[in-house]
Amino acid sequence: MIHIKDLKKKYDGNEVLKGLNLSVETGETVAILGRSGVGKSVLLRLIIGIEKPDSGFVEVDGVKISDLQKSELYAAVKHMGMLFQGAALFDSMTIEDNIAFYLKQHGNPETKKPYKPSEIKDLVAEALKKVGLENVEKKMPSDLSGGMRKRAGLARLIVYRPKILLYDEPTTGLDPITAQQINELIVQIQNELENTTSIVVTHDVHSALYISDRLALHSGGLIAYVAKPDDFFEIDDPTISFLKDHLSHHPRADKS
Amino acid sequence: MTTFLSLTFRFFTSVGEYVNLISEALVASIKKPPSWTLVKEQLYNIGVMSLPVVAITGFTTGFVLAAQSFYQLNEKGLASVTGVLVAKSMITELGPVLTAFMVTGRVGSAMCAELGSMKVTEQIDALRSMAINPNSYLVAPRFLSGIFMVPLLTIFSMAMGVFGGYLISCHYFGMSSSAYFDPMPIHITLFDLFTGVVKSTTFGIILVTICCYKGMRTKGGAAGVGKATTNSVVISYVLILIWDFLLTIALNTIHRELTIDRLTK
Repeated sequence: MIHIKDLKKKYDGNEVLKGLNLSVETGETVAILGRSGVGKSVLLRLIIGIEKPDSGFVEVDGVKISDLQKSELYAAVKHMGMLFQGAALFDSMTIEDNIAFYLKQHGNPETKKPYKPSEIKDLVAEALKKVGLENVEKKMPSDLSGGMRKRAGLARLIVYRPKILLYDEPTTGLDPITAQQINELIVQIQNELENTTSIVVTHDVHSALYISDRLALHSGGLIAYVAKPDDFFEIDDPTISFLKDHLSHHPRADKS
Repeated sequence: MTTFLSLTFRFFTSVGEYVNLISEALVASIKKPPSWTLVKEQLYNIGVMSLPVVAITGFTTGFVLAAQSFYQLNEKGLASVTGVLVAKSMITELGPVLTAFMVTGRVGSAMCAELGSMKVTEQIDALRSMAINPNSYLVAPRFLSGIFMVPLLTIFSMAMGVFGGYLISCHYFGMSSSAYFDPMPIHITLFDLFTGVVKSTTFGIILVTICCYKGMRTKGGAAGVGKATTNSVVISYVLILIWDFLLTIALNTIHRELTIDRLTK
């Protein structure tokens, strides 16, 4: 479970988060909707401990991430993973090395021993197959298109089966077909990895409705509303009415 | 007044972050040394790949130093001192400083640009999100390689300088080899070598940590990477020169005190 309480964060005098509260249950997918620049990505960075809040806290499975020292933090976030907006693949490594990176660095969590090269190869191939990328192992990230890089980033994320998945704008900058493929992958991953909790930050309403169990509206540095997708558009708020007017159809219907 | 206070605050914040980076790299290097593969890659980048430029710099500096010295000293009938002058200058001063400058220009700038571009494309954050400390993974191997390789390159540069000086003095000005080399064992002391090695080791630490620090703190896309790279080279050069002066004074003072102490006992 992820519990966020009174989270505040300021950059150069500009208060991005103003006492944000949010709870996400284990196994749940929550999409955080909000306009560009409201601090959605900052929230993810605070959850995974890349940055520290000015006040308030983030608690993941009972551990206060925001209070941990560096050495404790790295141990605490081992079971978490994040898909960055630009995929953030290591551009000096091949796709195969990118995906194998976590496995090589941390070894097998069950046996506490390093993986054998053959095991790594199999896990990488499996992850690539899952995201629909094949025969790209030896390619460099610069050789791939934006959508392929996002999928490679997803493969790098799911290869170590994290318990908490954070997605930062997974469909931004992609054409509608590729965006929908990414949405489907997120749902598929959520179904395949048991008890995985996901937070998806996006300003793509279609995507948010398609993948989430609950929607949260991030506005004015706070979570203004949290509701199930079917109830979300019943909320009486000008921003939500605006979003509703711009949705041509309810994409959740596509899911079934 | 507010600007001054804000600049002072920023300066001390940067110094604090820099010290933090060095201490983290040091602790990471000792507590959990980086993998040999990472260190080997950096040893190759810093050491082997810098050999040609360091060789040319040392060699040509020896050339110029010998030519200038010979012209000046010959007028006073002191041409025989040319070899000692070249060797002493290369060992205590020019070898360490010029090597550090060359390594900063060739390796330090590339290091800063690489880390800077990793920073702006969130690759460093990706490392953190995968529970990897970037200081251990990225800075520590460069730090260790810098400490090890810069002194070795400096010794190589010293030798190239002395050899360059020999070629000019003996094969152009007609000095005999013995006139060039024989005074060296008398006038070049272990302390001179010690000075050269201490200087180059500390220069290695300065250039690697400054370039890594500037890279890891890069902001603002491609333009930010360019700015950080330029700053890292300029700051490294200035700090190397200031540190060189301070170290020269400190080492010579200590040496003199110890020598006087020994003589009076």
